[in-house]
Amino acid sequence: MSQWPFVVGAYSVAILLTAGLVTWAYGSMRRAEAAVDEISRK
Amino acid sequence: MHAFANPTRFLRIAKPATSWLLLVGVALAITGMAAGLSLTPPDYLQGETVRILYIHVPSAWLGMAGWLGIAAASISQLVWRHPLAAVAGRATAPAGATFAAICLITGSIWGRPTWGTWWEWDGRLTSMLVLFFLYLGYIALASAERERGGEGRIAAIYGLVGAINLPIIHYSVLWWRTLHQGESIGLTGSSIDNSILWPLPLTMIGFTCLFASAVLMRIRGELAETKVEARMRRMSR
Repeated sequence: MSQWPFVVGAYSVAILLTAGLVTWAYGSMRRAEAAVDEISRK
Repeated sequence: MHAFANPTRFLRIAKPATSWLLLVGVALAITGMAAGLSLTPPDYLQGETVRILYIHVPSAWLGMAGWLGIAAASISQLVWRHPLAAVAGRATAPAGATFAAICLITGSIWGRPTWGTWWEWDGRLTSMLVLFFLYLGYIALASAERERGGEGRIAAIYGLVGAINLPIIHYSVLWWRTLHQGESIGLTGSSIDNSILWPLPLTMIGFTCLFASAVLMRIRGELAETKVEARMRRMSR
């Protein structure tokens, strides 16, 4: 049994979930800060 | 510490820190993972699967460190009533839950070729699964409390009670000697050979920076949302 599919699978899960977390956190921060800028201009 | 309880002062430091932590985190995590995949030898017993170590150990550390952060924020909130404590607790939970999930999934993938099973109700695995569910409970409780306009005291108490699980996870490999191996990396040294171990500090620091960056982003996001809500309330009067 080749062990590489397990290694690749584990790394893919770690990279995808970490990238997902950072992208979600960045997106929600940018949206909220843009809303502050928007409301400050009014 | 009290100086950082002021959101304006906190944001002055958090804004540049977010970008730096993100950049350093990405660079170190990619370097560490690339080194772990290509520059280290396979283990004499586990073969190539030992490379899962470089992502599994940092995610286990961050899953536990996240709850330690929630417990510290809970104490700050209950004792000193820091204005940022509840926000910090809520911001830490999704990052902690993500890394607890990564730890569980990568551990399961590692277990299949090593132990011959995807899952076993072993002390370490079960207590880590409990931690993941504690995170889900905390996220639900803290967001429900925030929506009702509460101060987050119930979530803070839950955060402190949940910290009981941290020593259980740590000592589980000593208390219940089942499938999961004992401690191989301690404060005083490691039983892993240096030829395999050296990329681990890179991924440990790299993923920790990414974790911290994600938490800071969430704190900044929550502070901005609070500002918008306050302005909307004032405008509607």
